Amino acid sequence: MIKLIGVALIAAGFALRLNTLLVVLAAGLATGFAAGFSLNEIMAMIGKYFSDNRAMTLPIVLMLPVVGLLERYGLKERAEVLIRRSKAATAGRVILLYTAVRQISISLGVSIGGHAGAVRPLVAPMAEAAARGRGVELSAASVVSIRAHAAAGENIGNFFGEDIFIAVGAILLMKGFFDAQGMNVSVWAMALWGIPTAFIAFGAMWWRCRLLDRRIEQAAADEQKAGGGQ
Amino acid sequence: MKIITVEACYAVVGLYLFVLAGRIAGEREHPRRWGSALFWVLLGVTFIGAKILPPTLVGYLVVAMVVLAATGQVTRGASHEASREERLGHAERLKNRIFWPALLIPATAAVGTLVLGELHYGEVWLVEPKQVTLIALSLGAMLALIAAMRTTGASVGTASREGSRLLQTLGWSLILPQMLAALGGIFAKAGVGEVVAGLVAQAVPTGVPWVAVVAYCAGMALFTMVMGNAFAAFAVITGGIGLPFIVILHGGNPAIMAAIGMLSGYCGTLLTPMAANFNLVPAMLLELDDKHAVIKAQVPLALVIFAANVILMMVLVYRF
Repeated sequence: MIKLIGVALIAAGFALRLNTLLVVLAAGLATGFAAGFSLNEIMAMIGKYFSDNRAMTLPIVLMLPVVGLLERYGLKERAEVLIRRSKAATAGRVILLYTAVRQISISLGVSIGGHAGAVRPLVAPMAEAAARGRGVELSAASVVSIRAHAAAGENIGNFFGEDIFIAVGAILLMKGFFDAQGMNVSVWAMALWGIPTAFIAFGAMWWRCRLLDRRIEQAAADEQKAGGGQ
Repeated sequence: MKIITVEACYAVVGLYLFVLAGRIAGEREHPRRWGSALFWVLLGVTFIGAKILPPTLVGYLVVAMVVLAATGQVTRGASHEASREERLGHAERLKNRIFWPALLIPATAAVGTLVLGELHYGEVWLVEPKQVTLIALSLGAMLALIAAMRTTGASVGTASREGSRLLQTLGWSLILPQMLAALGGIFAKAGVGEVVAGLVAQAVPTGVPWVAVVAYCAGMALFTMVMGNAFAAFAVITGGIGLPFIVILHGGNPAIMAAIGMLSGYCGTLLTPMAANFNLVPAMLLELDDKHAVIKAQVPLALVIFAANVILMMVLVYRF
């Protein structure tokens, strides 16, 4: 039970809004000591896992000079111009379309997109422009909501498309687990049974995107009403 | 032998971080220029030296970075963002040409993933086949940078300045995903998962088939929230709850259990700040004041998909 001290520290630290890195380090040290490791052993583990997971940081760092440069030369502004020409575009539809592209491409084994490479420079600005293109001034809360849903679309497409492709990490990990147990479970079967959830996840995203559009319209209508009374 | 290794890509990242640190050290109006520059130098060292330095030393370097971040040394400098008028002017001039470099990244990544891993002459491989996705992405980003400089006519200096502007927007939260992954590793080594699986197995009557399904799916989601990573949760929760109860005791189908179980774990990923690369870093990238805005947007999604997973598994796992 004492080993759960790290989990408790994380929960407390996040709740108190302390510096997240510090909370994580403290939780790592506490858990390591509770399990009987020495300080140097814990440092070695932190060093090893930190290095092993450099792949998490690499795409962001390499992507930022390109994205920053293109933003400086008007990438977002051009995306806004294009999206305004489309009468059917709404914030929700832009995000849902991206989710579909992301989910289908990754289910075929091709990983395109990402938060740094696609959501920040293209999807979020296009979604915002689509909402503005309907002639409404967006409230700060609406902007936050649109951006957050764009990030959610990236995650939903990524997570729930990935498991359908057999050569991907998750399926291989499950296969490895069963192999180690001496069980023969087919990768094709595991990929197949991921499909129903993939459709449900996309359906859920469709529902959230529709709701997002309705809320933006509602907020704009309320604004107009309040403005008309003056 | 491999010509392009993933270590080479990490070295490029490290070198770029050194350039960034140099820029910051040279900014006289930066409020914390030495502390910030040191942070990025240390990160660059861990990227280049990961395979050379002893892990214990890397661990202490990580601690130094955490201390710099926690004491407020890692801050943003004055940002010199181009004005909206300037950007609109460029957008008008460049028209749709501005999109080509941005589209080059996914195009290179897609083609590279499919082709690069196959190219070899005897034992000499062009890229490490196991790391082909990451290498293709890195090559795509570099090609796109060259294309972007050609299209816009910008200099290398402008590119590195714009990149460092965005990196400083992220600040120390850039290393949060790696830090949380390290914590997940320590949890795994310390046997936190076995304790959690044991608690769940004791607390609920897993002798009832549908209860076992609920316990397994909930265990996957909850432990993923703790670890920030469904992969780490899978072995522990499947070994502790799924396999002994659903498969062995009640005769459920292991493929269905594993597939839907993993996807239940992903619902946990949508809900946890521990999965910083999916939930917190995007909030920073999109410049949202509320760091948890992405998680809040995902709560209804995660709950609906989780409920669907539980029902799907109840209906399917004992039938096929």
